[in-house]
Amino acid sequence: MCAIDQPTGDVLSLERETPGAAVKFDGVQKSYDGETLVVKDLNLDIRAGEFLTMLGPSGSGKTTCLMMLAGFEPPTHGEIFLDGRPIGQLPPHKRGIGMVFQNYALFPHMTVGENLAYPLKVRGLSKADIKAKVQRALDMVELSAFGGRRPAQLSGGQQQRIAVARALVFEPNLVLMDEPLGALDKQLREQMQYEIKHIHENLGVTVVYVTHDQTEALTMSDRVAVFNDGKIQQLSPPAELYEAPKNSFVAQFIGENNKLSGQVTKMVNGHCEVTLDTGAVVKAAPVNVDGEGARTTLSLRPERVTIGDTAAETTLGGRVSELIYLGDTIRARLAVEGNDEFIVKVPNHNRAVSLKEGETVTVGWATEDCHALDPIAT
Amino acid sequence: MTDAAAVPGAVAAQDPSGPLTTADGKPLKQALRKANAKARRNALLLVLPLFAFLLITYTIPIVQMMTRSVSNPEVAEYLPNTAAAIADWDGSDLPSEDVYAAMVADLNAGGRSTIGRVAARLNAELAGVRSTMMGAMRDSDEFQAPYKDALLADDDDWADPRLWKLIQRESRTLTPAYYLRALDYEYDENGDIVRRPEYLQVYTQTFWQTAWMSGLITIITILLGYPVAHLLATLPPARANLLMILVLLPFWTSLLVRTSAWIVLLQQEGVINDVLVLLHIVDEDGRIRMIYNRIGTIVAMTHILLPFMILPLYSVMKTIPPSLTRAARSMGATPLRAHLTVYMPLTVPGLAAGVLLVFILAIGYYITPALVGGESGIFISNLIADRMTGSLAQLRLALALATILLVGVLVLYWLFNKLVGVDRLKFG
Repeated sequence: MCAIDQPTGDVLSLERETPGAAVKFDGVQKSYDGETLVVKDLNLDIRAGEFLTMLGPSGSGKTTCLMMLAGFEPPTHGEIFLDGRPIGQLPPHKRGIGMVFQNYALFPHMTVGENLAYPLKVRGLSKADIKAKVQRALDMVELSAFGGRRPAQLSGGQQQRIAVARALVFEPNLVLMDEPLGALDKQLREQMQYEIKHIHENLGVTVVYVTHDQTEALTMSDRVAVFNDGKIQQLSPPAELYEAPKNSFVAQFIGENNKLSGQVTKMVNGHCEVTLDTGAVVKAAPVNVDGEGARTTLSLRPERVTIGDTAAETTLGGRVSELIYLGDTIRARLAVEGNDEFIVKVPNHNRAVSLKEGETVTVGWATEDCHALDPIAT
Repeated sequence: MTDAAAVPGAVAAQDPSGPLTTADGKPLKQALRKANAKARRNALLLVLPLFAFLLITYTIPIVQMMTRSVSNPEVAEYLPNTAAAIADWDGSDLPSEDVYAAMVADLNAGGRSTIGRVAARLNAELAGVRSTMMGAMRDSDEFQAPYKDALLADDDDWADPRLWKLIQRESRTLTPAYYLRALDYEYDENGDIVRRPEYLQVYTQTFWQTAWMSGLITIITILLGYPVAHLLATLPPARANLLMILVLLPFWTSLLVRTSAWIVLLQQEGVINDVLVLLHIVDEDGRIRMIYNRIGTIVAMTHILLPFMILPLYSVMKTIPPSLTRAARSMGATPLRAHLTVYMPLTVPGLAAGVLLVFILAIGYYITPALVGGESGIFISNLIADRMTGSLAQLRLALALATILLVGVLVLYWLFNKLVGVDRLKFG
């Protein structure tokens, strides 16, 4: 999958002397209309050289955070620090932050070369320096021969690369990317994900990346901040985000998820017993529950559920209502304890073939794979 | 890379070894033409009425205007014998007896009205010709050969070589005389082209005044319109609509209402002068004259032409994504620099369209300078209109002036196209 002609280390040499910059949001709030808060009390430490993704549905406040960091929106309250220095009063052009915009924002009246030279010219570099740096940046994104073209003469993927090169050419310590891959088709998007990831690894620059695409977030990031309702719901490395969601929103938003509602009836030895609304009792790992008597929503990943394994720690009965053949797996939709959308991914080996629609089966899982989270209305 | 690799393939497809053909072997271009012929015919039929309308009401009158501005039929038509006989005269001394005989024959043949027209035409070039000719016409049936002596006896102006040189010159059916007059030149007594006396030079000066005042008005509309267009393009839609209505308001008010409003404001007993006096900025005797002169014309025309600058600018600015200036600022450009190097160059197509519209509209403006321009603030159109109501010669002069104006505008348009490229313009 990974593109064969990936840029290699020796091409990627913008000769950095400074590593990435550290960013700190300290109690930041933002309101546009004075009535509602778009960002509510944001506290976030981004480490130097980190690739941090702000992930969330539209309207969750992630882009606003990025705009505040870039300096285009002032925080209503709180302070943002760049390498320990408060930057709240600093206008965008003095922050020295590289930025890749959603639709690339390449200057249509300039050639690709002039676009790349723009930040260098603004900084008053000599013509020879500018020429050398522009050429190196073009080499980095493998578009060495395209310096004389206009952005409109490039394909979407090429424009995207130029936008990335332009944000990096003046060697900023921090680069912001605002849904940079949103306009590309699926295949190109996947390829660009790897390229951006490799550029980040090679340059050591801090990257703050905004997206609503969870695959992008999981593939590229060191850590992901999941935004919803103006708050960070969870800040974790990708694997932890998927394996151990801290609340129901994250469990729902990242990957596929089966929900079962119930009430905690007993807490014992690090696990809890939950009585489902249908009366069945299951064991679960308590992650985000208030204690005995509290309502809870159980979260189960479809690939952690087995069918027909009566020896599993927890077993329940279910009826197969639909089977979808996906090649490597078979996706089974079941009705389990009042949930008609209970999905199980069955690996495609002999056992699975015997499943039939309408059949009653046993579903089972390990207690640690069943997370008891905060209740959500169903 | 996938997208880069696709480019050579596309180029190869466009460059085949031979001409492309359809499946049954016909050349592809021919087949395409045939397939599109019907659509083309239909399109032609759709524009035909408008085309005919423009031909009758626009193209033909303009051609007529241009031919009439150089037409000079009087001598050739009403003094045909003289015109033929004098063609060979070398211009030294006086013409031979043949020419005098031909003149008498023409005077005899012509009626009062036809000779009157020739006499008027020639009198415009050389004062006194009319009475000489009309007198000779009255006496013409009594003339006996030799006619030279007879005519000289009738009026000794017939011995003036200037008269005969004039007749010889004006026997041509086309004349540049009206264009010479329109550019403040004339024929002197010897038939050489010379500048008119300074106190008679009105046209070139008015042409220049028209040009520089139109230029100034264009510059003022840019200075006033550019920020408004920018504001319009960046405001939220609801408020932008309200502002847009204010911008278009001049279009919706009657020209006379607008102009009277300016008179109320600007006249010496008007609102502005009253306020200035009240604030002791000027005293009662020092009231400023702001109307019926150039200031009046410039103020009123700027007001009227402002929308023509704002609208094309607005439509272009609306398409410039705000992320471009943001990108420039994120790369270290100050707001001013981002504006000058990124935003402004992208507004050039709208700016150029606005300049072209305003300047060309201004240069042909008539009504506003006529109403508020007084004597000093008039445009060339006002002179053209004035001359049109005069004699035939004055009408032809008006046509010559109008043709010069038209050609001037076309030259400007051509220059503009060279400099900016009309295909880059965005009018809205």
